[in-house]
Amino acid sequence: MTPVSSKIYADDVSLLMVLVDTNPYFWSSMKNTAFPFPKFISHVLAFLNSILLLNQMNQVVVIATGYNSCDYVFDSSTSSMQRAECLLEKLGDFVDKDESLSQEDSVDGVGFSLLSGSLSMALCCILNQFIGNVSLDLCELLDIQRVFRSGPLHPQPRILCLHGSPDGPGQYVAVMNSIFSAQRSMVPIDSCVIGSQHSAFLQQASYITGGVYLKPQVSDGLFQYLSIVFATDLHSRSFLQLPRPVGVDFRASCFCHKNTIDMGFICSVCLSIFCKHHKKCSTCGSNFGEARKQDPSASDQRRT
Amino acid sequence: MADGKLVKRAKYKTSVKVPGVPGVLKLTKERFYFMPNDPTLTTKLNVEFKLIKGHKSSKECSSKQALLNLTQAQGGNYLFEFDSFPDRDQCRDFVASAIAACGEIGKATAEKPAVPHDEQLSATEMGRRIKLLQENSELQKLHRQLVIGGILSEAEFWAARKKLLEQSENKKPKQRVALKNDMWSVKPLSDGQTNRVTFNLTPEVIHQIFAEKPAVRQAYLKFVPGKMSEKEFWTKYSRAEYLHSTKNIVAAAAEAAEDEELAVFLKQDDMLVSEARRKIRRVDPTLDMEADEGDDYMHLPDHGLPQGETKEILEPQYEPFKRSFSQYLNQHAAVVLRGRVIDVELGDTRSVAEAFTRTNQAEQATEVSDENAYRERVKKVSRVAEIEDLQGPRDPPVALLSIKDPRDYFDSQQANAIKALGDAETGIRPLKFSVSKEEAFCSLKDSISEINSQGLIEPIISPEVALKVFNGLSQNISSTKYHLGKNPHESVLDQLPSATKNDLLLHWTSIQELLKHFWSSYPITTKYFYTKVTRLKDAMSQIYPKLQEIKESVQSDVRHQVSLLVQPMLQALDAAFAHYDADIQKRSAKSGERPNGFV
Repeated sequence: MTPVSSKIYADDVSLLMVLVDTNPYFWSSMKNTAFPFPKFISHVLAFLNSILLLNQMNQVVVIATGYNSCDYVFDSSTSSMQRAECLLEKLGDFVDKDESLSQEDSVDGVGFSLLSGSLSMALCCILNQFIGNVSLDLCELLDIQRVFRSGPLHPQPRILCLHGSPDGPGQYVAVMNSIFSAQRSMVPIDSCVIGSQHSAFLQQASYITGGVYLKPQVSDGLFQYLSIVFATDLHSRSFLQLPRPVGVDFRASCFCHKNTIDMGFICSVCLSIFCKHHKKCSTCGSNFGEARKQDPSASDQRRT
Repeated sequence: MADGKLVKRAKYKTSVKVPGVPGVLKLTKERFYFMPNDPTLTTKLNVEFKLIKGHKSSKECSSKQALLNLTQAQGGNYLFEFDSFPDRDQCRDFVASAIAACGEIGKATAEKPAVPHDEQLSATEMGRRIKLLQENSELQKLHRQLVIGGILSEAEFWAARKKLLEQSENKKPKQRVALKNDMWSVKPLSDGQTNRVTFNLTPEVIHQIFAEKPAVRQAYLKFVPGKMSEKEFWTKYSRAEYLHSTKNIVAAAAEAAEDEELAVFLKQDDMLVSEARRKIRRVDPTLDMEADEGDDYMHLPDHGLPQGETKEILEPQYEPFKRSFSQYLNQHAAVVLRGRVIDVELGDTRSVAEAFTRTNQAEQATEVSDENAYRERVKKVSRVAEIEDLQGPRDPPVALLSIKDPRDYFDSQQANAIKALGDAETGIRPLKFSVSKEEAFCSLKDSISEINSQGLIEPIISPEVALKVFNGLSQNISSTKYHLGKNPHESVLDQLPSATKNDLLLHWTSIQELLKHFWSSYPITTKYFYTKVTRLKDAMSQIYPKLQEIKESVQSDVRHQVSLLVQPMLQALDAAFAHYDADIQKRSAKSGERPNGFV
């Protein structure tokens, strides 16, 4: 997908949705490394302030991606919040709330943060911005409380994921759905992975939506990465050379043997992929008709 | 004709106007001879069909001569006049098949794959090849390089392209004569003095009558030759037509009452009527003719055609003798559009009639099987025309989608993503880490309050780190910028100078061509293959320095890409050479055991 084409403004105005990973287990694991949470949040705050200083029309919304929940912690358009430091207070409240929602006492490994939820929230927020004063029921349910500027000049929205936790397999479908709705509404998803692992979700998200995927090599230089790569507005991206992925391998692996395949069988109901013909889909349990047997060319073999 | 020989009386002429030399024309599969009746004349002919390019014939018409013109490939022609048109047609067909056979022989020898030799090619074959070369400049280049360069023989080159040749051949459809579009109306040729009226019936006209009027056909099969002779039959038919042309229905009815055979022609065609009924049944029932009534000239009586027939109120007994012009026109149009359905020589009236009856019966047989289709149509109609309000909901039974574990989707994706990014080690390494809930949340809250009280960590980033990041990013970007071949939309070739690009493409195609011939020669069973492989090997070894030359000629910044492109070519050639050497070794080892000179 090509990046979102800019509107006619001379100066590009950005609406930046920043998703900050606040998975406590992840940050505990990072406590004794070169890049603990205080350092991270310092870099992020400096970055957010610089975005706000770039253009007075720029708008920044921060969504905290917690372990059990996610919530808005900062919106530069509200009058009470002029500097990004204001988010710290709300972030503290959010972590309290997140803890109270927690069911289990300990987690194996660092667990997964709720990326699908925060992506959906970001998209809702952008959508709400676009439809102006008409509020969406869904957004009301999610307790969005913000005053959006209404007017002819809408800021160009984009989403930046600052993510450290590994991908949560259980969120796959939800995350993919968010990615596709972002693609549909032409919202690029930039991703900056601060953990040790690459994120397959975010890699695909950036590729599909035309955003930038980056995993900083020098972790304590995060601010530099943010200001060089992720501060660029969508208009400038058309003439800047940003880091591009070498290529994403979209070949699927079959669900039965986890082999990477070029051609395979696809369940027509749930789109599960198999390397050979099965009588029944192992994912959704649909029975495949026998009629296909007579005519093998008509079977649901497709290039993936 | 079946025994490959045909002898006919004919006149040999030098032009259409001259009377010509009477004699005997003898045709065989390979050549034709002409012997004049007068042995003193010197106009004997003995010509091979190979030299004949085509044939023309005069139109079949009683006023014209039955001519056959054989055109020679080198120009010039042979003109024969026959006594009758059937004679001429027979000869024409024979000549056509003989010319075609000659062409095929030429082709067959050209395509003999085992040992192709430069045989005499037929003109059509040669023309086809030349045309292909003209149309395809790439092929032309290849042809010039390989065939004219002496690496491959002409036959070898084309043997690999049989398909191309056949395709170009298939483009030419065989010409078939369609039915005449003019309606045969009886134009009685009366001389004005006597009461005689003459009708002219040719086989073509009879064919048309049979096609358009099944009742006449049926009557013909019934009456001829049992009840009456062919001549009587057609006389009667002509009489009936004449009666129709006078448009005197009452007179026609009176005549029909006297002669029951004549009545068959005068009455309305029952078979046509039943067929029309059948056709109406096949019309999509949702078609609403009444709704279209206001369209165009449909409201005019007789569809706006000039009213030829006088409108008169007829007594019911004359009704069957009425014939409408539009009916006739429709029937004629249907027959012409259907084209020639029978494949019988027109001369024999009876066989024509029988052939028509056969096709009709076949059609009716399929009609019966159409009965099911008809029922289906009716069902469809009842579906289309149903009243929606009265129908129950027709939703398909819904099965809820139950996905057991979305993890299944994810696992496959992640494996790929990690692979694509090329650091499988970090992906596989499990994070061994465990903290309690309180500990984790507390430490996070502590960090937040720490910053809240102390402010941001100063300085946010050290200049050294910032420079490192900056350099790292610029390097990364500049390297991915030139990461070629990843984007399918831009080809590396486009960046090369056009001369280099063309050279590379040409070498690619010629290498492919050579390799195709090289590999198809294995296993070497005859001496012919052996020499061919040697020839090909020599040609291929000459390509190496040329490729090297190309590599050296380009500028340094694209040299790497050129060598990347050349690499697979060299690999393919190397593989061929390796196979060649291995084969030579095996061969010499074998010949050591068997010194009997096995190639």
